Amino acid sequence: MRIRLEKRLTPSRIMQVATPIASVLLTMLLGAVIFELIGFDGPDAIWQTFITPIVAPYKWVDVLTKAAPLIIIAQGLSLGNQAKIWNIGAEGQYVIGALAGAGAAFAMPADAPSFIAIPAMIVAGILGGMAWAAIPALLKTRLRVSEVLSTLMFVYIAMQVLNYLIGGPWKDPNGHNFPQTPPFSPTQTLPHVIPGTVIPPGFVIAGVLTLLFWLLTARSVYGFSVRTVGAAPSAARYGGFDASRTVWSTLMISGGMAGLAGILEAMSQLGQINLGFPSGYGFTAIIVSFLGRLHPIGVFLAGLILAVTYVGGQVAQTAVHVPEATAGIFQATMLFFILASDILVRYRLRIVRDPRRTAPVGVPA
Amino acid sequence: MNIAFVIDALVTVIGVTTPILLAATGELVVEKSGVLNLGVEGMMLIGAVTGFAVALNYGESLGDWAPWAGVIGAAVAGAAASMLFGVLVLTLGSNQVATGLALAIFGIGLSSLIGASYVGMVIQPFNQTFPDWLAADPIGRVAFGHSPLVYIALVVVVAVGYFLNHTRAGLILRAVGENDVSAHSIGYPVIAIRYAAVAFGGALAGIAGSYFSMVITPMWAEQMTAGRGWIALALVVFSSWRAGRLLVGAYFFGILMTLELYAKASGFSFLPSQFWAAMPYIMAVAVLAVMSARDVAGAEAPACLGRPFMPNN
Amino acid sequence: MKVEAPPRLELVGVSKSFPGVRANDNVNLKVRPGEVHALLGENGAGKSTLVKMIYGILAPDEGQMLFDGAPMRVHNPRAARRLGIGMVFQHFSLFEALTVLENIALGLDARLSQRELLAEFHKVLDAYQLKLDPRRVVSTLSVGERQRIEIVRALLLNPRLLIMDEPTSVLTPQEVEQLFETLRRLAASGCSILYISHKLHEIVALCDTATILRGGKVVGAADPKRETSRSMAEMMIGGNLKEITKPAARAFGPPKLETQGLSLPKPTEFGVALRDVALCVRAGEIFGVAGVAGNGQNELLAALSGEALATGAEAVILSGEPVGRLSVTERRNLGLCAVPEERHGHAAVSEFSLTDNAALTGRDRMEFVSFGLIDPSKATSYAAEVIGAFTVKATGPGALAGSLSGGNLQKFIMGREILQRPEALVVCQPTWGVDAGAAAAIHQAIVDLAARGSAVLVISQDLDELLTLCDTLAVINLGRLSGPMKVGEASIEEIGLLMGGVHGDPSGTTEMTEHLHAHPA
Repeated sequence: MRIRLEKRLTPSRIMQVATPIASVLLTMLLGAVIFELIGFDGPDAIWQTFITPIVAPYKWVDVLTKAAPLIIIAQGLSLGNQAKIWNIGAEGQYVIGALAGAGAAFAMPADAPSFIAIPAMIVAGILGGMAWAAIPALLKTRLRVSEVLSTLMFVYIAMQVLNYLIGGPWKDPNGHNFPQTPPFSPTQTLPHVIPGTVIPPGFVIAGVLTLLFWLLTARSVYGFSVRTVGAAPSAARYGGFDASRTVWSTLMISGGMAGLAGILEAMSQLGQINLGFPSGYGFTAIIVSFLGRLHPIGVFLAGLILAVTYVGGQVAQTAVHVPEATAGIFQATMLFFILASDILVRYRLRIVRDPRRTAPVGVPA
Repeated sequence: MNIAFVIDALVTVIGVTTPILLAATGELVVEKSGVLNLGVEGMMLIGAVTGFAVALNYGESLGDWAPWAGVIGAAVAGAAASMLFGVLVLTLGSNQVATGLALAIFGIGLSSLIGASYVGMVIQPFNQTFPDWLAADPIGRVAFGHSPLVYIALVVVVAVGYFLNHTRAGLILRAVGENDVSAHSIGYPVIAIRYAAVAFGGALAGIAGSYFSMVITPMWAEQMTAGRGWIALALVVFSSWRAGRLLVGAYFFGILMTLELYAKASGFSFLPSQFWAAMPYIMAVAVLAVMSARDVAGAEAPACLGRPFMPNN
Repeated sequence: MKVEAPPRLELVGVSKSFPGVRANDNVNLKVRPGEVHALLGENGAGKSTLVKMIYGILAPDEGQMLFDGAPMRVHNPRAARRLGIGMVFQHFSLFEALTVLENIALGLDARLSQRELLAEFHKVLDAYQLKLDPRRVVSTLSVGERQRIEIVRALLLNPRLLIMDEPTSVLTPQEVEQLFETLRRLAASGCSILYISHKLHEIVALCDTATILRGGKVVGAADPKRETSRSMAEMMIGGNLKEITKPAARAFGPPKLETQGLSLPKPTEFGVALRDVALCVRAGEIFGVAGVAGNGQNELLAALSGEALATGAEAVILSGEPVGRLSVTERRNLGLCAVPEERHGHAAVSEFSLTDNAALTGRDRMEFVSFGLIDPSKATSYAAEVIGAFTVKATGPGALAGSLSGGNLQKFIMGREILQRPEALVVCQPTWGVDAGAAAAIHQAIVDLAARGSAVLVISQDLDELLTLCDTLAVINLGRLSGPMKVGEASIEEIGLLMGGVHGDPSGTTEMTEHLHAHPA
């Protein structure tokens, strides 16, 4: 008896939907067992991490607040991933986008009316993220530099840009020497939540973007071209799709989305930029993208799930005293499971008897 | 500028070069077999925390041998982490870029989880190979004043170079990275060979990580490898997948990182210190650009790098 | 002959299944010592699967294999080599970035020193009068030389059974003759040869016995010296050969597709530069481009389809209009369609549905698109139309391209282009790896398209195909195209020489080609 993998003629749609769900459930199960083994109350830790944020209404704002940047960034990344363009530097584009938006805020009079200030900052944020992704795009299309490494290197460079600006030129003169920018003026900020609801403004934008990305990937010639470039570059060229243009457009879109997420976070949640601004959303969004199977609707749901683990991680930290790092481990474990189970979409597991049986079978001579 | 200053600088260069050299040498072997493991940073951190934990917990019972136990622990932990990647990528055929990233994220999380209880503790540093009269000599210390890991790194990179180019096993490894389908049809166990390469890369990354927690600063801090794992990946590209150039490239980056340390310490710089901190990464991008432009045909990279291989289909 | 020695190789009731296919069904086969035994069958008949089991790459599901009368167990190719079984692969199992000698060392299980290996290597070269430089990197070698590496690698094992999988598909007629010489010599020394092919005239020229495989089953055995090619062909395809019907006397219209001074640098290090290619295909004409693989065929197709842009607009002319600088989509909209050689990943995306593959090239010409959005229902109905008109065996427009057999996918691709009613169609290797039924259908479709007034350019390595299909023929060698010849008037020998790159002295042909391949300008 042994297990054999058999390639499916068509990828299983059931598995495409079932495996992400199974990955989340397996992560919860594994987490409970491991917490139990290292001396915590396993089921309680898992309950606090995965369920409390969903059932406790006072956590909903937190969840949606965290989900918004994750979804916005992951939508852009998923588009690139469909073309097998791996932008893993969204964290850097997120930071630079926020800085660019802040730069726009500081460049305008503090009392500029909202209807000018806010769009200007958002546009600056998107352009900032795009600019940060443009260098890897240029290097990839001109010199064929792998975007995997270059986008990542630019995360580290972005961190130093942030450190420099908030500790130097943009340092808040009234900030007690803390490395942080001055606060944005009231006309330059968005409310935490839309008044009277639990919905942060970023989450509304994330929802609208989800629909736009769905239209783009499912119906448009552009979305088709991105999928084709990812699946078969030669066929894409033959079909009239330009690979460099795809590199540029997907990196610009994913960089712009990360920049948008950055400035939205800065103007609606923090009201300034400080050392704690880089929060890892850019990296977590990669997990969101895969957990959502690169599908806009899937990404939306996966963004909510990952946001739950963020919030739940903090809950579990105070309630069960698990270390802070556990949320990151849960997220990585989920990604491992989803990648491991990918094979079930393309292959069928079959239990067979030993195929090396060589006994002669009755055969007419 | 006096002699002592130069000696100091050289000692620093050798020190900061060693971990990236170790990690990159491991990754070179992995990539030569046709596998791209982006999780170096994660494996280094797992190695760093494991090495520290072993050396700390066995410090009393093992005495002078505790650091060695730490290094072995780091190697085993790095290899174990790489096997997680190996199972996914080699047996289950998952996407190598995504799986490598998952390993990096996982390593960052796991190491800070394990390390949470070790923050602030100190171990006996692991930095003496030769007797004092050599190691403490004002000039001789350039050559003799290092931890054994420095010499091990040099031996390993030379050995890997010899292995790849002058042994039959090395030839088979390269063949697997060049054309997995052909190697399989001639009868080489492609997947097993790749597992071995990935484990070797993991072990070296683990040792490289332990250099941070056992030699550079004999303590544990979260994310103490500070992105050096990614530099090691760029270094492999820089080397055009050749061990000799890898050695040269590692020292080039070592010099850059030393400049950063000196710029910070002396404050002599007319440029902000953040510029120097960003320098290795800027140079890594520049180096990638130069090397990629030179290798327009992509002929230097192993032909199967990053491609999944499922033998039975 | 004295007492019958046991057969070198005997298969009894060997079967092997893959998901959805029974690749071999109860196969029985006997190969005598020193015999050249042909394994004849169409693409997809199960020949490759069968020899992979003999060589230990695949394990049979059922049945028994005997070697020199004793049961053999070959779990891997290494075990097969230990028995003395060598194999030369259709798609070579070589490592481009390594040298000839390194490639040979990899194929041997014995641990020899560099010097011993080199001595053995030269011994084999001398014994079989072959030429090969051990230090050259494989990527710089011609296809003929590459095949020679595989052969030398197999000969170094002193094989008792040599399996050759479609060895001649990439060779010039002269190189084929040279290969046969080597094989005859080897057989005379007592080695059995299992020779896989679907080319009947080769089997007649070389083989002592033929076993014919169809649909995974043995359907007959034949003595190639007595059987006619036609009768073997009918056994192979299991029916009567279908003749293509070509309107007899045809007048060609005005020039539709022309190139003038078309030169392009080589696209990659391993590619071929096009040099001053001039051709003219008239309305209603089928123009053939013959040549050995890797002489610029794919580059020519790319330059015509628009995947590679010419340096000047005038280099490519469609119906009198210069299109050399226009993109793929612009050319297609003007009526220039193309079908590249590689079906999977070039002419079609294997992991896409047939609907999506229809949209790949048909979206503009067949008007699936409005406001940047693709109308899926239009794409689906076009895919269904192609499936119906070209009798493509598929579950429907939703089937993945990768799930179709080679012949059916090729019919779909050809149909997708032909139903777009192109002014000019360029096709590369239209029936490569396609079963006879599908090949006949594709040939007929090409003839019919030309009869409706389109210009058709067929690039193929299969000379027989070109000779039956085309009106005019030219030969491509090292990126240069010869002058056009009328098909009825050209001699095979002359074409063969042109394919080898030489006009005249036949003995120097191959060397010359290899020399040029090795040191591209």
